[in-house]
Amino acid sequence: MRIGIDVGGTNTDAVLMNGLDVLGWRKTPTTPDVGAGVVSVLRDLLSETKVSAAEVRAVMIGTTHFTNAIVERRRLVEVAAVRLGLPATRSLPPLSDWPDDLATAVGKHRYLLRGGNEFDGREIAPLDELGLREVAREIKRKKILAAAVSSVFSPVTADMELRAAEILAEEVPDLRISLSHQIGRVGFLERENATVMNACLVHLAAAVVSSFRRALAELKITAPFFISQNDGTLMSPQHVERYPVLTFASGPTNSMRGAALLAGLKEAMVVDIGGTTSDVGMLLRGFPREAALSVDIGGARTNFRMPDVLAIGLGGGSLVRDDGARIGPDSVGYELTSKALVFGGNELTTTDIVVAAGLEDIGDKSRVNHLMASTIKAALATMHRMVDTAVDRMKTSALPLPVILVGGGAILVSEKLPSSSEIVRPKHSSVANAIGAAIAQVGGEVDRIFAVEGTTRDAVMDIAKTEACERAVAAGASRSTVNIVDVEDVPLAYLPGNATRIRVKAVGDLLME
Amino acid sequence: MWQVTKQDLMDLAVGAAFLGTGGGGDPYVGRLMVQAAMDEGKTVTILDPTEVPDDVLVIPTAMMGAPTVLVEKIPSGEEAVASLRRLEKYLGKKAYATMPIECGGINSTIPLLVGAMTGLPVVDADGMGRAFPELHMETFSVLGVRGTPMVVTNEYGDCAIIEARDDKFMEWISRGVTIRMGGAAYIAEYAMSGADVKRTAVPNTISLGIRIGRCLREAKTNHENPIDALLKMLPQTLYSYGRVIWRGKVVDVQRETKMGWVLGNAKIEGFDGWKGVMEIQVQNENLIARVDGKVRAIVPDLICIMEAETAEPITTEYLRYGQRVVVVSVAVPPIMRTPKALEVFGPKGFQIDEPYTPIEQLA
Repeated sequence: MRIGIDVGGTNTDAVLMNGLDVLGWRKTPTTPDVGAGVVSVLRDLLSETKVSAAEVRAVMIGTTHFTNAIVERRRLVEVAAVRLGLPATRSLPPLSDWPDDLATAVGKHRYLLRGGNEFDGREIAPLDELGLREVAREIKRKKILAAAVSSVFSPVTADMELRAAEILAEEVPDLRISLSHQIGRVGFLERENATVMNACLVHLAAAVVSSFRRALAELKITAPFFISQNDGTLMSPQHVERYPVLTFASGPTNSMRGAALLAGLKEAMVVDIGGTTSDVGMLLRGFPREAALSVDIGGARTNFRMPDVLAIGLGGGSLVRDDGARIGPDSVGYELTSKALVFGGNELTTTDIVVAAGLEDIGDKSRVNHLMASTIKAALATMHRMVDTAVDRMKTSALPLPVILVGGGAILVSEKLPSSSEIVRPKHSSVANAIGAAIAQVGGEVDRIFAVEGTTRDAVMDIAKTEACERAVAAGASRSTVNIVDVEDVPLAYLPGNATRIRVKAVGDLLME
Repeated sequence: MWQVTKQDLMDLAVGAAFLGTGGGGDPYVGRLMVQAAMDEGKTVTILDPTEVPDDVLVIPTAMMGAPTVLVEKIPSGEEAVASLRRLEKYLGKKAYATMPIECGGINSTIPLLVGAMTGLPVVDADGMGRAFPELHMETFSVLGVRGTPMVVTNEYGDCAIIEARDDKFMEWISRGVTIRMGGAAYIAEYAMSGADVKRTAVPNTISLGIRIGRCLREAKTNHENPIDALLKMLPQTLYSYGRVIWRGKVVDVQRETKMGWVLGNAKIEGFDGWKGVMEIQVQNENLIARVDGKVRAIVPDLICIMEAETAEPITTEYLRYGQRVVVVSVAVPPIMRTPKALEVFGPKGFQIDEPYTPIEQLA
C-alpha cells in the first residue's frame, strides 16, 4: 500500500492507495510546521482506513514549499554562482536580469572562469583549475554555504561541471554544490538561473526533508518516502536535498496525472476548474505535455521542464455580465459562499447560473428564480465555449480527445464540448493531486545537442535512449518496467552539419523491496 | 541624433520579432547585453542616415550562425567590436559609425552593443529591411556595395578575413568558418561610405522596430486593439501599407530542418468570416501565404503571424496547433522591390515558382 500526500498552500491532502485503488483520503489545513500537518493528516487517514503503519510500503509527497520560498524570498542562503565559459559569456554575468531583491537574497557572489564546451563537445577553454581553487578559498573566507556551477553546453558534456565539483569539494568539504546539467537544458542563462535558485534552497530542502522524515517516524512508518518532481516522477529524499528546484510545479503535474489515473485514460485533456480560473492541460502517454517556453519564477527566467498549462478566467465564482454574454475574469473567489446569489450575496456568479438552470442544487435556489431564461442559456453557452476553446487550443491536433473534468468548479460543464470525444468526471477528483503523487514513477532524461556528422541519426538516437533508461534505473526504477515515453528531435536552424538536439525521457515503476 | 532608452530596448525586442517574420532569432540575449552596457553608464546614440557625412566610413556589424548556440554560449561582448576594429585596420580607415545589416530578430541589437562599447553612433538603417537567412540578401549587395572584405570573429578574438568572388560565396565561406567557431560568430561586413548608406540602405528601420514595439505596448495599456493601432501607425513610415490578411486557428504545423534551414508549412483555418485555410510556407522566415492555391502575400513583403489576443509576434519555433492568430502582411519599401532586389530575395531567391505581386495588389 502507498500513501500520497499533497502539501499545498492551503490544504494538506493524503490518500491511501492499494495498487491503483483509492482506499481512503483525508484533507486537513496546512500548518506552518509542515511536519505537524503531515502527522495529523496521516494519523486520521490510517485510523479511518484501519491500516497499520507497517502495511505502508512507500510514501510519496508533493510540495509547493520550495517554489513559495523563492517567490517570498524566505529562508534562502547565499550562493557562489560559479560560471565556466570564459572567454565567452562575459557580457552577461550571473544573475543578469534578476529582480534586485532576489539577487540580493542570494548574495551576488559571481565568479567567471575559463572553461565550457562548444555545441559539439569541443572545449571552449580547458577548465581553469587554479582559478577555481582560488574561488574556493574565497567561498571559505566569506563562509558561503552553497555553490551553483554552470558550464557552457554542459547538457552536451558534463565533464567540466563534475571536475569543478570535485575541486570545490576538496577545498570546501561542507559546501553544497549544485550542477547545472542536473537541472536545466540548453539555454545558458535560464539554466544558470535555475541552478542558483537550487543552490539557495539546499538548506531549506534539508530542513523540509528532515521534518517529513520525523513526521513519518512519529507515526512509526518505516517505509521509504519520495518527493514528486515537476515531470511526474519521483526523487529520493537525498536527491531532493540536492535538487529541490526539481519539485517546482509538481502540483499541476500531480493533479493531471491523478486525474488520468482516476479516469483510466492516458491520452486526454484535463480541465481543472477552480473558483477563479480553470487550468487546461494535455496528457500524452499519461504525462502532461511540457511547455516549450521559458518560465518565470519569482521574476527570473528559467528553463525547467514544466507542464504546459493554459489558465483561463473561468471558475465557480466568476462573475456573469451582459446577460450571460461575458464571464470573468474577475471572480468572488473564496468568498463564493457569502457573495454568490444562492448563498445570500449580491453577485451573479457562474455557480448561480448552474443552480438556476436546475443542474445543481446548491444554496438557496429561490434566490435565482428571477433570472431570465435567456440569460441562463447565454451564460451556459459562454462557459462551454470558454472551456471548449481552451481545450482546443491546448490540443496538438484536430482529433477529438476525452476531457477529464476535475476541481470544485467541474459542475459548470454539463453539455458536450465540440472539441472532445467524451467528458469524464472521475470520483475522488478533489484529491487528484495526492493521488498523482502516490502513483508517480521514476524517470530518467537526456536532453542535449548531438553532432550527427560521421554517424547516423538512428545510432545517436539509440545512445540517447539507452542513456535515458540507465538514468531511470539509477534513480530507482525497476529495470524491467522502464520504457521510453517521449522522444523529441530538433535540428538546429542556421547551422548546416547535422547538429541536432535530442530529448529522450524514460520512466519505470519504483523498485520496491 | 538621439539616445536609446531602456524602454526603447524593450520595444525594439518586440518590433524586431515582428520584422523577423518568424525568424531571425530571439532578441532577448542581445537586449540584455545592451542593457547591461547601459547599466554601466554606456550610451547608444542613433544617427539618422541623413546625418551621416558622405565621405565617412560606416561598418555594419552582426551575429551569424545559430541563435540556439547564442543562447547557450553567450558572447563575450567584444566579438563584434573586434570584427569592426579588424576591418578598420584592414581598410586603413576608422569607422565613423556602425549599422545593422538586418533589422529583424537578434541582429537588430548587435550594432547597438557595438555602439555602446565603442561610443560609435549607430545608423538608423539596415540592408534587409526585415530578416533574411543569408548574408548576400542585402539591398547593399543588390545596389553594388560589396560584402567583402568581411571579418568573422569568435570570443577569443580569433578572426578570419574573407575576400570572395561574390557575396553569395562570402556567405558560403563565412558559414563554414562560423561552424568552426562553435556555430555562432560575430561579423563586420559591407563597409561603405556615408554616401552609399544613403543610396543603398533601407532607412529608419531601428526606429521602425522601436515604434512597432511601442505602438503595440501603448495600444495594450490603452485597451485599444493593438493590431488596428499598428496598421494605423505604419502609413507614417516607409512601410506604408499593411493589412490583416487572415484570422484563424493554426490547425497544422510541419517542420523539418535541412542544411540548417527550418523548412515548414503552417495551415491556419479561418474564423471571424475568413473562410478556408491559409497555408504559409516557411524557410526560417515566413515566405508565402496562400489560400486555395491563390497567393495572398509573398516575400519580400512581410508576413507576420501574431497571437490574436496579445498581438505578440510568433516565431516559427513556437508556432503550433491551436494558436489563435492574426496574419498581417506589410509592404516593404520600394528599394526592396526593384527587379534586381527581387532576383536576390524575392520568390526566386528562395526557389519559389511564383511571380512577385506587391501586397497592395493582392485581394
